[in-house]
Amino acid sequence: MSDAERKDTPEQAEFRAHCKDWLENNHPGRPDVRLPQGALELSDPDALAYLQSWQKSAYDAGMIGCDYPKEFGGGGRENCQAIANQEMQRAKTPYLPNVIGMGMAAPTIFFHAQDDVKAEVLPKLLSGEHIWCQGFSEPGAGSDLANQQTFAERDGDNWVINGHKVWTSLAHFAEWMILLCRTNKDDKYNGLSYFVVPIRENLDKGITVRPLIKMTGETGFNEVLFDSVVVDDRYRLDEVGAGWKVAMTTLAHERGAGPLVTPASGGMPLEEDESAQTSSVYALIELARQQERHGKSAADDPLIRDELMQIMIRQQAFNQNLRRAGIPALNDHPMRIPLQFKLVATEMVQDLQNIAYEIEGAASTLYVNDENSPASGRWKLAYMNSFGMTIAAGANEVQRNILGERVLGMPKSK
Amino acid sequence: MSEQPKNFGFGEDETMLRDSASKFFADNCSPDKIHAQVAHNPDIHRPIECIWDKNLWQQVVELGWTAVCVPESAGGVGMPLVAAAAIAEEVGKAAFPSPLLSTYYATFVLNACGTDAANKALTDIVTGTPTTLAITNEKGSWSSSDTDVSIKDGKLNGTAWFVQDAKKCDRFIVSAKGEQGIGLYQVEANAAGVEITADGIIDLTRDQAHIEFNNVEAVALAAEGDGDKALDEAMPAILTIISADMVGAGEWLLQTTVEYAKTRIQFDHPLGFFQAVKHPLVNVMLDIDRAKSLVYNAACSIDCGFDDAELNARMAKSQASEMAVFASSRAVQYHGGIGFTWECYIHLFFKRQMHNQVIYGDGKHQRTILADMVIGQAA
Ligand SMILES: Cc1cc2nc3c(=O)[nH]c(=O)nc-3n(C[C@H](O)[C@H](O)[C@H](O)COP(=O)(O)OP(=O)(O)OC[C@H]3O[C@@H](n4cnc5c(N)ncnc54)[C@H](O)[C@@H]3O)c2cc1C
Repeated sequence: MSDAERKDTPEQAEFRAHCKDWLENNHPGRPDVRLPQGALELSDPDALAYLQSWQKSAYDAGMIGCDYPKEFGGGGRENCQAIANQEMQRAKTPYLPNVIGMGMAAPTIFFHAQDDVKAEVLPKLLSGEHIWCQGFSEPGAGSDLANQQTFAERDGDNWVINGHKVWTSLAHFAEWMILLCRTNKDDKYNGLSYFVVPIRENLDKGITVRPLIKMTGETGFNEVLFDSVVVDDRYRLDEVGAGWKVAMTTLAHERGAGPLVTPASGGMPLEEDESAQTSSVYALIELARQQERHGKSAADDPLIRDELMQIMIRQQAFNQNLRRAGIPALNDHPMRIPLQFKLVATEMVQDLQNIAYEIEGAASTLYVNDENSPASGRWKLAYMNSFGMTIAAGANEVQRNILGERVLGMPKSK
Repeated sequence: MSEQPKNFGFGEDETMLRDSASKFFADNCSPDKIHAQVAHNPDIHRPIECIWDKNLWQQVVELGWTAVCVPESAGGVGMPLVAAAAIAEEVGKAAFPSPLLSTYYATFVLNACGTDAANKALTDIVTGTPTTLAITNEKGSWSSSDTDVSIKDGKLNGTAWFVQDAKKCDRFIVSAKGEQGIGLYQVEANAAGVEITADGIIDLTRDQAHIEFNNVEAVALAAEGDGDKALDEAMPAILTIISADMVGAGEWLLQTTVEYAKTRIQFDHPLGFFQAVKHPLVNVMLDIDRAKSLVYNAACSIDCGFDDAELNARMAKSQASEMAVFASSRAVQYHGGIGFTWECYIHLFFKRQMHNQVIYGDGKHQRTILADMVIGQAA
């Protein structure tokens, strides 16, 4: 019995038993299609369909949205989502596709929307039938998120919205969008408002979704244009002008620091061969054993060996930081380690994948479209994609500002 | 890897001990006091001195800190290594000049010897005999099988080098080569035939010496052929404690530099407003936290007797050594001209870090060994 299980209340223990039981008989098995590394990179409709059907069956079995009230499509339980997550991950299930919906939109809607809107949108959000996207970033509003230019103008019971969103992951599949925009041009922060927008039904009524192509050649995110799109006032969250406050609920949950636990499954290896996992130092060592550099095994090259050990130490330090973060006696500031996670994890993975380039030597020039590319070019693809993670969700330089200011107490930088 | 206690085995007793150490150093060991003591003579050709406060050592013994790692069977308290790691962190934070950590290293080796003579030596450590290891050759090899001292007919001859805190210690544990291999021997500092020559070292907060043995009578602690094994067995704990010292000193350097970055104004802003200062200081913090977690993990896996103890300890020493260099370089740099002076306390910690990072193997050396363990020997 694990530590977590020992602490279960009777209700939780019963729920855990139900999850275990269901998962034993209902693992969806491996798909026929290739899955990308994460839901935000989904571009193949068949991969999406497979994942949506997994999310729907897990939802029907009560493992998604457990802690939301029944009238909004949830399970009406308390503190059970974390248990479902643990069991789904233990069973090595596929990941869930509706990540923005569950991780950002649902908690924001739950805390800030009218009840009839919650009842309208949350059930299909949680079941994964409706994919959601996040319309925050704009050409002129990235790290400086409050610099929103997309404008919503009041028109009776409706709003008319004009503007331009960028980097909108999953918009190409999305039914709905959470939208931050401006309703008052005179006040940077208090002039913002927050809406949920049915973008799919507006595709011929002013919404245009255009794929943006990543440096890898893959699609995944989009730009979304608003040309006089009409949105019912019911779909406004909280007060006019309270958009910044509402957005903070979204961002807190995005960082895993909000009160509601995000449904998360996962653990199924993307490749049949576990040693091909591009975020594991042991897979990297395996790659080094297989590759030659300048006529000898990369695993015998002293400089490569040193780099491998450096990254192994960082990975172990990351795991031990996770462990130490839970021990108040060994932390001088409660947020000192938690606020490091995003920054440290994304840079560690990026550097790890960069070492693969070095290990491959001359063959590192070969891409996924070359049959001689080591590991089918996965490491190079993963390295390029790693920049999505160091830039998105608060660029790492912004993370360093936050750490320097909130933890070390240095003065705020611009 | 095996399952370990979630809290590293760091419980209430350990927390209390750490807090009392922290208070002890705040009361007795402020940086200005230490600076006035050990840095009284900046002359680059100054005579070699060994400066420390014996009175404080007596208090440390009375507080029971020398007994922390000695098993109850030898009159000690037998606390887990995480307790000693917590003390070592506070020692580093205060740059405390004392033979305490050297005595810990000796304790680990004596624990590994497991002989009656070693047990007796442990009892003396509890009552306050400062003890240090004399196990390094002239070339500074980090291998337990290298020594320039020989043993024949119960007599030691040769020289041990890079002996830490030698002038503060009353007793040495000497590794010597005999016909059957490496043994370990106990020698009193005042024994006939022992000649201690102090080294002129950079670190002002400790002393170091080379010790010549001329037909010195020796008590065997580990028989010929067992000595290098005892040293190898003790090495993970030694590396962990040195690393903990570096973590403490790193934290002092970070906090002191952050404080300066909050108060020193240039271009109408405190220095910490500028990201060229702020971001590297955050990187120093990330490096310290990595090292600290690796230290407690290593200590805990040693306490649990797991096979991966050496692996974890070498990871900790590698990370702590790299951090020590980085934290001290950034501290000097961001203090500007004042940080470059003798008058500023930074150099005490800078020099201690540079000393510690190389003792018993720097980061690169640790990673060379780790690579052999994890990847296998290179062809
Ligand atoms: C893969 C991916 C998926 C994304 N998905 C979404 C999505 O679904 N919805 C959405 O709304 N947005 C999304 N984004 C957008 C993301 O939130 C922004 O890219 C991010 O906030 C940075 O904004 P920017 O790209 O405009 O860069 P800028 O703000 O122009 O910054 C450029 C660079 O300057 C540096 N920088 C910026 N500010 C500072 C500062 N204060 N101090 C120091 N350095 C600084 C950083 O290095 C930063 O990377 C996604 C981005 C990526 C890469």
